[in-house]
Amino acid sequence: MTVFNGKGVYGAVACGKISVFKKRDAAVKRYHIEDAAAEQQRVEKARAAAAEQLRQLYSKALREVGETNAQIFEIHQMMLEDEDYNDSINSIIASQLVNAEYAVALTADNFAEMFSAMDDSYMQARAADVRDISNRIIANLTGAAGESGGVEGKSIICADDLAPSETVSLDKDKVLAFVTAHGSTNSHTAILARSMNIPAVIGVGEEFMAAAEDGAECIVDGFTGEVFLHPDEETKARLAEKQRADEEKKRLLQELKGKEDVTLDGRRVRLYANIGSVDNIGAVLLNDAEGIGLFRSEFLYLENSDYPTEEQQFTAYRRVLESMAGKQVIIRTLDIGADKQVDYFGMKKEENPALGFRAIRICLKRPEIFRTQLRALFRASVYGELGIMFPMITSVSEVEQILAICEDVKAELKAQGIDYSDKIEIGIMIETPAAAVISDRLAPLVDFFSVGTNDLTQYTLACDRQNPDVEQFVDTHHEAVLRLIEMSARNAHEHGAWIGICGELAADTTLTETFLRMGIDELSVSPSFVLKVRDTIRRLDLSK
Amino acid sequence: MKTFSYTIKDEIGIHARPAGLLAKKAKEFQSTITIEKDGKSASAAKLMMLMGLGVKGGDTVTVTVEGADEEAAAAAIEEFFKANL
Repeated sequence: MTVFNGKGVYGAVACGKISVFKKRDAAVKRYHIEDAAAEQQRVEKARAAAAEQLRQLYSKALREVGETNAQIFEIHQMMLEDEDYNDSINSIIASQLVNAEYAVALTADNFAEMFSAMDDSYMQARAADVRDISNRIIANLTGAAGESGGVEGKSIICADDLAPSETVSLDKDKVLAFVTAHGSTNSHTAILARSMNIPAVIGVGEEFMAAAEDGAECIVDGFTGEVFLHPDEETKARLAEKQRADEEKKRLLQELKGKEDVTLDGRRVRLYANIGSVDNIGAVLLNDAEGIGLFRSEFLYLENSDYPTEEQQFTAYRRVLESMAGKQVIIRTLDIGADKQVDYFGMKKEENPALGFRAIRICLKRPEIFRTQLRALFRASVYGELGIMFPMITSVSEVEQILAICEDVKAELKAQGIDYSDKIEIGIMIETPAAAVISDRLAPLVDFFSVGTNDLTQYTLACDRQNPDVEQFVDTHHEAVLRLIEMSARNAHEHGAWIGICGELAADTTLTETFLRMGIDELSVSPSFVLKVRDTIRRLDLSK
Repeated sequence: MKTFSYTIKDEIGIHARPAGLLAKKAKEFQSTITIEKDGKSASAAKLMMLMGLGVKGGDTVTVTVEGADEEAAAAAIEEFFKANL
């Protein structure tokens, strides 16, 4: 296996056999002629033929790659008509008494050189356009026009460089990918590859063309710009998986973006995304989530070397709310302890951290930390649709204490004349068996429940998440866990609260139907799973 | 003779497409239309030379129109610059 590196211009993977693109023979001979006028007429005829071919190419491009990208062939037609260009050809024929092919080639060199010498990468790339139209005229002069490259079947087209007209001329159904030794990301070929959705890697260097031969096995990774010649089994398997995942993702994006999360029988579900940092918002929007069902606020604490200030937190929360532009954002308060440790909290080493001093327990014992976060949250609430949820709840009294602190913080803000929204939804995590079992008593106190399936499973099955030795005893579909979720759902609805799932199980599409039948109102998953779950939801029929 | 100056707003400048359209437009008139930038000039009707000027966003060009229909041509070319560049 040999790996070559270039620039990927369209992110996709292609595996297949190489077809080396054979240029029309560009070597032009110079010979003496007697009749300059006749030679000029030959050029005129070839130029007219070239113009007609470009008109056809323009129509083909218009259909296949759209108007913006097709324009290059309109420009090529204009270049063909350029006075200076044609004057140059005619005067070379007349003054040197040389053949038309040579006059065109020489003119092409001169103009291409002018563009290459410009200090602007866009204009430098135009040199390729001049050569492209010139080669077309020459091909018409020599009668070589119409011959296509030696492409057989679906293959990876490899060439020193591809002119835009060559790129578009190729039968799209036969092209798996483009690989060129030269070329820039600014070239029309790169742009065309992108708009034709064909993986392409350019500028892999001449060594690649020297090694590439027709029929050789090859993998093109348009994401990384890598080209694998004679790939080994491991690389093949890895890239095949990458290709599969990518194609699935693109299919989902294309089919499901902007679509509603509704089952065939009309049941609507809110499909939200989980994020752990402000930086993930792009992924949330890209994957078209309806909101954020779990925003882990820990990153603010983990990234800092001291307690994050109210202002720091306010800025982050405000940014998320503003970015989501009116879509609901549920922020979970500090969930530190257990597997997430922060030095400056100065916590003691625990025998059993999962059952130890963590999350809401820290907040209730050290209210100054909690109050800072709540103040920041309430202040940010005016910038969007905020929901606040509290982790690791086990009792009614914890929730009552939390609500009392919230009221106190609100009163304090009010006294200071600071605005907060009166539409904030308050919820709790159902992640301990205790909370699920007394969910009938918790539901009246809150607006919503959110089931944290990872912790709920760990506590219900008494299996430490961090201990690989007990992994075989963790049955994520365990009936006990599912019954606790069902119980919580029933109790939530009985008391006018809604219920969501934000743990990893929410993205398990083999359970989507089970959850919807339980009456789960919202599923919150990693951004990359949103469309996969949407796909599942839209295929379900709960009436059956 | 009519003259006006124009500062290019399009970031890439007079690239292939607008140059092509400008050349097309310029050919509609009898007048000679010349674009000048930093002492280099080119006929607006000549696509390659026009591109060869390398006019980029932020550059100021001087347009000179001379001929029988210079009045109409200058107006049309100025209009073109405003709409496309």
